Amino acid sequence: MEYIYKILFAVILILGVGYFAKNVKKLVRNIKLGQDVDVSDNKSQRWKNMSMIALGQSKIVRRPISGVLHVIVYIGFIIINIEVLEIIIDGLVGTHRVGLKFLPTSVYGFLIGTFEILACLVFVSVIIFWIRRNIIKLARFWKSEMTSWPKNDGNFILYFEMVLMTLFLVMNATDVHFQTLNSGNIISQFISPWFSGLSEGTLHIIERGAWWIHIVGILTFLNYLYYSKHLHILLAFPNTYYGKLEPKGQINNLEAVTKEVQMMMDPNIDPFAAPAEEAGEEEIPAKFGASDVQDLNWVQLLNAYTCTECGRCTSECPANQTGKKLSPRKVMMDTRDRLEEVGKNIDANNGEFKDDGKQLLDDYITKEELWACTSCNACVEACPVSIDPLSIILEMRRYLVMEQSAAPVELNNMMTNIENNGAPWPYNQMDRLNWKNE
Amino acid sequence: MSELLKVPTMAEFMAQGKQPEVLFWVGCAGSFDDRAKKITKAFVKLLNKANVEFAVLGTEESCTGDPAKRAGNEFLFQMQAVTNIEVLNAYEVKKIVTACPHCFNTIKNEYPELGGKYEVMHHTQFLKTLLDERRLAIEGGKFKGKRITFHDPCYLGRANNVYEAPRQLIQKLEAELVEMKNCKRNGLCCGAGGAQMFKDAEKGDKEINVERTEQALNIKPEIIAAGCPFCNTMMTDGVKAKEKEADVEVMDIAELIANAQDL
Ligand code: SF4
Ligand code: SF4
Repeated sequence: MEYIYKILFAVILILGVGYFAKNVKKLVRNIKLGQDVDVSDNKSQRWKNMSMIALGQSKIVRRPISGVLHVIVYIGFIIINIEVLEIIIDGLVGTHRVGLKFLPTSVYGFLIGTFEILACLVFVSVIIFWIRRNIIKLARFWKSEMTSWPKNDGNFILYFEMVLMTLFLVMNATDVHFQTLNSGNIISQFISPWFSGLSEGTLHIIERGAWWIHIVGILTFLNYLYYSKHLHILLAFPNTYYGKLEPKGQINNLEAVTKEVQMMMDPNIDPFAAPAEEAGEEEIPAKFGASDVQDLNWVQLLNAYTCTECGRCTSECPANQTGKKLSPRKVMMDTRDRLEEVGKNIDANNGEFKDDGKQLLDDYITKEELWACTSCNACVEACPVSIDPLSIILEMRRYLVMEQSAAPVELNNMMTNIENNGAPWPYNQMDRLNWKNE
Repeated sequence: MSELLKVPTMAEFMAQGKQPEVLFWVGCAGSFDDRAKKITKAFVKLLNKANVEFAVLGTEESCTGDPAKRAGNEFLFQMQAVTNIEVLNAYEVKKIVTACPHCFNTIKNEYPELGGKYEVMHHTQFLKTLLDERRLAIEGGKFKGKRITFHDPCYLGRANNVYEAPRQLIQKLEAELVEMKNCKRNGLCCGAGGAQMFKDAEKGDKEINVERTEQALNIKPEIIAAGCPFCNTMMTDGVKAKEKEADVEVMDIAELIANAQDL
């Protein structure tokens, strides 16, 4: 009988981890659909950012209430997962609480006791999170992009955590042997009386049931990540590592444009000469700016998968605050949704993307949204995981202007003025110093 | 005007074989916009007062290209940048000061890669160093004890992490510096950045500058201090929209300091 459980456990484990690995491969492939970008610089600063922002949660605590709750869930999540190690060994080897074999009872008790306290704190925090979302209805969770899946996703994650924490505590509470040890059952000792009067056999069944559902639940949750905003628990690390290091106001200079401008300005180059062969076709990009996800760089695509849909960006966005359609969170969600669509398209067509007549621009993000941005960087400043929605907005504006000449009329006038008189208004450059004598 | 402003150009310095201490980059707003020209002059008065050997490019200056870049026109931006850099490098400019955070950000952050490497300062930073070096004295004058709030320009604050220089200058006026609900890195945009200055806003239920002005009015300042010609326009319009012109003035930091000394 024993070995059937062991085999069953091994099969479940392999399926769970295997399916997750498959999705991770897909994830990596999708992110790599983005353009190359050199982020190999400043390694020490990048490690520092990752340890401060992701590991150290430094930006999330800027909003104290949700920040502290998040830190509790985060620490709880990491530490309680040590317990999963024991569960896996037990499951594969057929032991029960293998930790007790290696550790003195007091040390084991200390560990489990810590897990129990954390589980309890996580449970309470998750309840408060749920209340904030569903009872208090914080505005940022009820914006127009937070309907259907995104809205449910947020709640599902909370339910998952509630159930997992409950199972962990019930598992301990109904473990007769563990309770008689009376070491580490800090919380579960108060739960075990709820089960008093049940026979030892029934208790054993409940304990086993909780144990199995717990591990199956964890594996399910692991696989849920890929479909959820909860993916941030993994991607926050690479994402903060690759986050922007330059001053926020600095927008990258398009290298391809630099080359063309140099050629135009260089008096030694005959503009009518045939382009030099060695200039190389691939150096001039197929298009300027971005109209679809493949035109963005891979860090921007990583950003999209990392977004936790917390809406801190949108709640700080001046355009959104004043009722414009623009929402930086939606920009990130749209990018991810479109990227997923492109990925599925590739899967369905034997690894080749088949034009589906859709793109990120217009089908997901409208011009109206793009033109409402003031490039104020409030979204970038607010994001707890170093996402840069502004860079995507600007990349798409570049496409609109340089590929489609589709800027609003007033902006075209402004640009014509700069071109003709070196100022955004129709004043003559020769009058630039007139103020001196006025 | 009591005395004539001394505004030498780079060309004049060059003709005398001299280099100024710093180049004052006036910017398009500072050169052409009626309200911003007053800021330019106030700043020049302070430079004159502190005997700073500065020069302007005058008619050789051209738009940095910031609004074009933010609108998505990288071509136009780089054309402007390269042209300006050629002029600046020809004059061997080392240090630039500007009263416009957009020019500040662009020249400081986006020009180096295109061959324009200079030390760039916002005028509040420059005034702060003049103060520290005792070349400029700041007195409160009529602003002593006034309630003043500072509106952080996005391109000075969040974009470049300059929050303290303007505030220290205000405090030097012995004024009461009061902060809005959203300030420093959480400051709310005035609505002008990203080329919005040059177009109407998209459909919404409010103008951004009105929202920001309301935040300012909430803390009942007598003066809203700005450090950007575009913010200045936006906040002035906001105050007008709320019909508060009689109670609240919008002034650049340079104007505050110059006016305090009746320059
Ligand atoms: S940069 Fe654009 S999207 Fe981001 S907060 Fe400012 S206006 Fe909103
Ligand atoms: S971009 Fe950042 S701040 Fe905005 S919703 Fe996503 S995670 Fe939150």
